[in-house]
Amino acid sequence: MHDFGYHRPASAADAAGLLAGKNEAKIVAGGMTLIPTLKQRLAQPSDLIDLGGIAELKGIKVESGGITIGAMTTHADVERSTDVRKTIPALAVLASGIGDPLVRNRGTMGGSVANSDPAADYPAAVLGLGATVRTNKREIKADDFFKGMFETALQDGEIITAIHFPKPEKAGYSKFANPASRYAIVGVFVARTSGGIRVAVTGAGPCAYRSKELEGALSANFTPDAVKAVKLSADGLNSDLHATAEYRAHLISVMASRAVAAAS
Amino acid sequence: MPTVEMTVNGKRASAQVEGRTLLVQFLREKLGLTGTHIGCDTSQCGACVVHIDGRAVKSCTMLAVQANGASVMTIEGLANGEKLHPMQEAFRDNHGLQCGFCTPGMVMTAIDLVKNNPAPSEEEIRHGLEGNICRCTGYHNIVKAVKAGAAAMKG
Ligand SMILES: Cc1cc2nc3c(=O)[nH]c(=O)nc-3n(C[C@H](O)[C@H](O)[C@H](O)COP(=O)(O)OP(=O)(O)OC[C@H]3O[C@@H](n4cnc5c(N)ncnc54)[C@H](O)[C@@H]3O)c2cc1C
Ligand code: FES
Ligand code: FES
Repeated sequence: MHDFGYHRPASAADAAGLLAGKNEAKIVAGGMTLIPTLKQRLAQPSDLIDLGGIAELKGIKVESGGITIGAMTTHADVERSTDVRKTIPALAVLASGIGDPLVRNRGTMGGSVANSDPAADYPAAVLGLGATVRTNKREIKADDFFKGMFETALQDGEIITAIHFPKPEKAGYSKFANPASRYAIVGVFVARTSGGIRVAVTGAGPCAYRSKELEGALSANFTPDAVKAVKLSADGLNSDLHATAEYRAHLISVMASRAVAAAS
Repeated sequence: MPTVEMTVNGKRASAQVEGRTLLVQFLREKLGLTGTHIGCDTSQCGACVVHIDGRAVKSCTMLAVQANGASVMTIEGLANGEKLHPMQEAFRDNHGLQCGFCTPGMVMTAIDLVKNNPAPSEEEIRHGLEGNICRCTGYHNIVKAVKAGAAAMKG
């Protein structure tokens, strides 16, 4: 790992100032993605701005018809939160399946969403629930946030401060996990909301995306069988040593039907 | 170079480190606490698990500077003099180790698991140990040990 300057600001405003003032600075949150990347010398930031000391970025609040989770809230805190379990149980279930307990004790919601790993879990919930990503500059709707593999709508120097999840009528998540890393080979988040059915898929494409076919099938009939019967095209889906595109296409329908069966 | 200061196994520890110094390097190389192992370079094996403010984490995936001001517990801090921690004793009694390389991480993860779930089922123990890899035992006796350790920690 190459060396870097280390900074631990006490507020999001100070963090933004530091980011703007350094030429190749990077944010570190839980470090569960960034530190392995630095070890492999795949990134060489001049400075690391650690968000770990910023109290305003942590915590879970029940708020106007939903729940708002600070960017620095760990996966373990989401998994165990009674507010999350009561308001959106599927989100707690999703958090409890990320990586392993040690990863969940450090990894954060903001870090996961900012990273937009094609196989990450949270992007499916953000998109599936129609959440709003709050940054130090603006609010970004989930539908406008995920742009591609490791690519989001975030601009240089923009910091996620929190994510607001509206409470759905019903939601469920199911993933077919890679048995070694627990990342999603395919994960599907389904939600029945006042604005209609939303189905978000992760692990299968370059980033999380909504499946219009599955949303259509569930709008007509919100049952596991309604999506199990849908045959999806493998065009454009990921193919790697873990699974072919055809296998992933099949898994999407299966995971969607399990997510509907689990929805509460 | 930044100076870090933390409590390690109840004692104050302070040293100058580089920004890039990993917590596991700080513990092993600066403090000589070599009970915390390094088994991989990919954040996957859990041999390096320590507690930071009571939570089990992979010390190879955390910078020493990120632990500044924290309270750190390593495998060396568990025993009370000659008396092993009940979880350590349970690993010994149940043959929960063979070569022992994964054991410090297993024990530290198991203690955090039991703190959050005092009577875990076999399935919950297996789910809780997903971040710890053992190449020797086949996990069976580790799961038995954690179950026994959980019972002993209650009593
Ligand atoms: C062994 C292992 C298994 C894993 N398994 C899974 C899994 O099953 N599912 C899953 O979803 N994930 C998994 N992960 C990833 C884990 O969830 C990470 O915690 C997460 O992807 C990144 O979050 P972090 O807080 O660690 O971010 P970091 O690693 O600190 O940062 C990641 C990136 O996001 C940027 N960033 C961080 N916070 C912000 C912010 N607030 N605003 C703007 N940019 C920010 C950073 O600059 C960096 O580029 C796994 C990781 C490991 C090591
Ligand atoms: S050495 Fe830390 S996870 Fe392997
Ligand atoms: S006892 Fe040898 S690796 Fe677990």
